[in-house]
Amino acid sequence: MLRYTLLRLAGAIPTLLLVIALAFLMVHAAPGGPFSNERAASPEVLENLEKHYRLDEPLPQQFVHYLGNVIRGDFGPSYRYVDYTVSELIAIGFPLSLQLGALAMMLALLVGVSAGTAAALRQDSLLDRALMSFAMTGISIPVFVVAPVLVLLLSVKLQWLPAGWSGSNGAAKFILPVVTLALPQIAYVARLTRASVIDVLSRDFVRTARAQGLATKTLVRVHVLRPAMLPVLSYLGPAIAAILTGSVVVEEVFGIPGLGQFFVRGALNRDYTLVLGIVILYASLVIAMNLLVDILYGVLDPRVRQR
Amino acid sequence: MLCGMKKISIWLLATLLIVAGCGGNDNAEEYGSVLKRALPTEPESLDAHKARSIQAADVLRDLGEGLVTHSPGGELIPGTASSWEISEDGLTYTFSLRPEARWSNGDPVTAQDFVTGMERLVDPATAAFYAEFLSDIAEVGALDDHTLVIKLARPTPYLLSLLTHPAAYPMHAPSLAEHGDSFARPGNLVSNGAYVLNAWIPGSIIVLRRNEHYWNNAATAIDEVQHHIIVQETAELARYRAGEIHITSVVPPENFAQVRDEMGDQLRVAPYLGIYYYGYNLTKPPFKDNPKLRQALSMAIDRELIVERVTGRGEAPAYSWVRPGMSNYEPPQLSYAALTQDERNQIARRLYVEAGYSEDNPLDVEIRYNTSDTHQRVALAIQSMWQEVLGFEATLINEEFQVLLANMREQEVTQVFRSSWIGDYDDAHDFLKNLQTGNPMNMPGYSSEQYDSLMTRAALQVDPERRRLYLEEAERVMLADHPTIPIYFYVSKHLIHPDIEGWGDNVLDYHYSQHLSFKAAE
Repeated sequence: MLRYTLLRLAGAIPTLLLVIALAFLMVHAAPGGPFSNERAASPEVLENLEKHYRLDEPLPQQFVHYLGNVIRGDFGPSYRYVDYTVSELIAIGFPLSLQLGALAMMLALLVGVSAGTAAALRQDSLLDRALMSFAMTGISIPVFVVAPVLVLLLSVKLQWLPAGWSGSNGAAKFILPVVTLALPQIAYVARLTRASVIDVLSRDFVRTARAQGLATKTLVRVHVLRPAMLPVLSYLGPAIAAILTGSVVVEEVFGIPGLGQFFVRGALNRDYTLVLGIVILYASLVIAMNLLVDILYGVLDPRVRQR
Repeated sequence: MLCGMKKISIWLLATLLIVAGCGGNDNAEEYGSVLKRALPTEPESLDAHKARSIQAADVLRDLGEGLVTHSPGGELIPGTASSWEISEDGLTYTFSLRPEARWSNGDPVTAQDFVTGMERLVDPATAAFYAEFLSDIAEVGALDDHTLVIKLARPTPYLLSLLTHPAAYPMHAPSLAEHGDSFARPGNLVSNGAYVLNAWIPGSIIVLRRNEHYWNNAATAIDEVQHHIIVQETAELARYRAGEIHITSVVPPENFAQVRDEMGDQLRVAPYLGIYYYGYNLTKPPFKDNPKLRQALSMAIDRELIVERVTGRGEAPAYSWVRPGMSNYEPPQLSYAALTQDERNQIARRLYVEAGYSEDNPLDVEIRYNTSDTHQRVALAIQSMWQEVLGFEATLINEEFQVLLANMREQEVTQVFRSSWIGDYDDAHDFLKNLQTGNPMNMPGYSSEQYDSLMTRAALQVDPERRRLYLEEAERVMLADHPTIPIYFYVSKHLIHPDIEGWGDNVLDYHYSQHLSFKAAE
């Protein structure tokens, strides 16, 4: 198990390097630059700015310099938020995005697994149909539609919950963003769970257990749910990455200073260092999540461990 | 047997712990009366020399104060200088500073602080975006603590307007010495205006508090100003309607009619110092050396229809380059401004044919614009007007803003492109300079010896009347060349909470928080 983990870890380093190199090339290849602005500065000013940030050097030289800094843990200054370094911005945005993402994920798992299991146990019943059509709706309506509708209803009309992040204190401001983020995931997890539970229920060992007179409740809890969770678990890695990166719209609608918003603004403003810093963080995170899921898989399924 | 589920539960619990450990970054308790304003773009910096956006300047106007400042209605009024004298040749300005002016830490604001600020602005090491903003100034010096002398290289009748800009604010030298480039961060920034920086959470909010040391603090009504950074126009409107902000920065076009009907009493629409235009790339065919084609395309656009049906927020159709209503200036009009649209269309068709195009040989042209609902709708309208009047179908190309900017500057692939100009000060020069040869804002690549020489001659005039005539003549010459298609002049549009008093409409769309107050509770 340890050997397996270490091997996977070692394999992650070249992947990460490749991601950094590609991202570096891509941000620099995009037209425009961090200091191109509708109100043009004079050529002299632009020259000074580029010199100050070493943007006048050849690209390979800039890359080596940047990589050296990253290895030392220095992501450099932000070109757009000139009073801040990239590390400071990540320190502001990452905990928030993580908080939102984790809450949304937990909500999705809790509601999604329960709903999916309930639907599977009463396959083709009214409850099943209702839950699954709700899930289908949840998957098909995009976040940028759900978010404003929720705001209009719960903040503007009923005035129950804050519409924006910056104006209010307390936990209430989490509710709308978390629910909005979780909705499509709930739907997805519910459908996955349902399919998986139905599949497991039809297996031989379940029939044997039933024949031995095991109560449905115990049967589901002890024998069915565990193998049925495998597909849900392998979906978790990509889902967490999707929630973290997909929070962009939610962060923008609610004005949350999360990483997603910094990422999009950074890309639009050609804030090279900010975009790269976030890409590196996300890449490491996705790699780590996949690793974690692989290890958990080993824990849940002995056959994986033995391979 | 429960081992697997247990692991998942542990995993979930761990996540929960991370969440709990992260904690919120809740804002501190509000204090006193709190004004909540919306800011559509995050300032790049609150270092006045590194800031470049209109929004950064909006926040900086709350924090600092120049020698001269604005009244709520936009008139120039004394700021940190209580009075000034101008020499007869118009080249020397002597400012008397208020002896009671103080920085937010209690230090007196001296003439030397203004010298320090201007010196840092033009220092290449600062790499200030507005470095050339004060290039008309030849020399600046402090006669004593409270007397500042500015000597100009050439007559600059708009100098006082320039001095209201944050780029010309004084600089607190000790905090620059202590904190270097991070002097403008919360906790470090020492300011000389009505407010002082309390907190800044990038992507979320900037909080300002009353500067107790400000010389005119007694006149400041609002204790705390929150600038909420809200990028999406619709989100901003939702938060206004939910009662979370008092002043919006804009009203979304798609909601404008509804807002006007339902909240008309809270809506403020006023002329704004900016022009929305289409530029031609004059360095490449088909528009290079083809003034007839340029005029034909310009004439075939029904501007009245665009402002009524497409933008519909009270914009004024544009028949000049300089916005009408600026001080001491009467912009000349495009030659056909007085004709009806039908008459214009007829002439446009004739010019189009004279330029060598016809139904069998239609013009093949691309319109580039940056991603935005309004830009797309304007482009569609213009496309169909050209189709209807001249019979060719322009190709619409929607580009990300940075891509469009790069293309406009390179002048390689662009043909017709959307652009705009928002003025920095109330003088025709602010608009006209952009079409001088070599100006970095000269996106069409317009170059006319006659225009340049008229602009140079205007710059040397001490007599405001003669200067005005030169500038107007320059614009007349330029309009006849059709380097751009002026489409409409912007309006500012805000929703203002009914409890707020002291708001003044002005073309600059500057609204200092220090002038605002809440109605006394009845």
